[in-house]
Amino acid sequence: MIAKMTHVCVYVLDQNSAYDFYVNKLGFQVITDAPMGPDRWLTVAPPEQQGFEITLMPIKEGMMFSKEAAASMRELVKKGTFGFGVFGCYDIYATYEELKAKGVEFSKVPTKEFYGVEALFKDDSGNWFSLGQME
Amino acid sequence: MSTNLYLYKRVVQAKLYIDLHYAERIELDNIAGEAYFSKFHFLRLFKKIYGKTPHQYLVTVRLKNASLLLKKGTTVSEACHAVGFESLSSFSSLFRKHQGMSPSAYLLFYQEKTSAIQKLPLAFIPGCFAQKHGWKE
Repeated sequence: MIAKMTHVCVYVLDQNSAYDFYVNKLGFQVITDAPMGPDRWLTVAPPEQQGFEITLMPIKEGMMFSKEAAASMRELVKKGTFGFGVFGCYDIYATYEELKAKGVEFSKVPTKEFYGVEALFKDDSGNWFSLGQME
Repeated sequence: MSTNLYLYKRVVQAKLYIDLHYAERIELDNIAGEAYFSKFHFLRLFKKIYGKTPHQYLVTVRLKNASLLLKKGTTVSEACHAVGFESLSSFSSLFRKHQGMSPSAYLLFYQEKTSAIQKLPLAFIPGCFAQKHGWKE
């Protein structure tokens, strides 16, 4: 029986820039930052979430990607092809104002939908996330 | 939204002010001043949004930043003063309440963890990721 999800992988264009975005702008905590050759194994998590890590994975030619696949993947990420999930907050209007003040780019301002109030924002690579207010 | 967006912006600005100036001596009146409206209304809205009074939030931010400094190997007394606490004993007691261990135990824990990560990074990476990326056989 699967009990829970512990890791999810978000492909990023630059790990240093992603660190700044997820830690300094979103306010996430660093769970592991381990050197791994020229890159690092870098995982972060929202401050109140235990046992779940977002791996910020660089897109590099190697075992995972051929040279062509890496180039295509980078283009797809830049174009905002991938949406990775929904983050929850207690007050979406305050969170929106704070993230906007920190330079986070929103493609949808907090909007009332039939399922709740939702906003959409992009990370520094182009991956997008939904932001929802927890009831 | 029941509260005016303008007021939200002001409270968020005050929160960001604390995030930036936590190491300084911040008077509550100055924080309310940042928000340009009455202290009472400010306190009520701040607590509604962040679940804490500005003072409680300031203490939390100081403790969080002290934790980050300790993780990097800063000494307990340096971390205490760098984030704006004046008394080492009140810092230690608040830290223990917040993190469940003393600042010195926290420092030691992360010194050992950092050293272990540097020595054997693969021990901290799920095997499937390491294998897929060719980091191990």
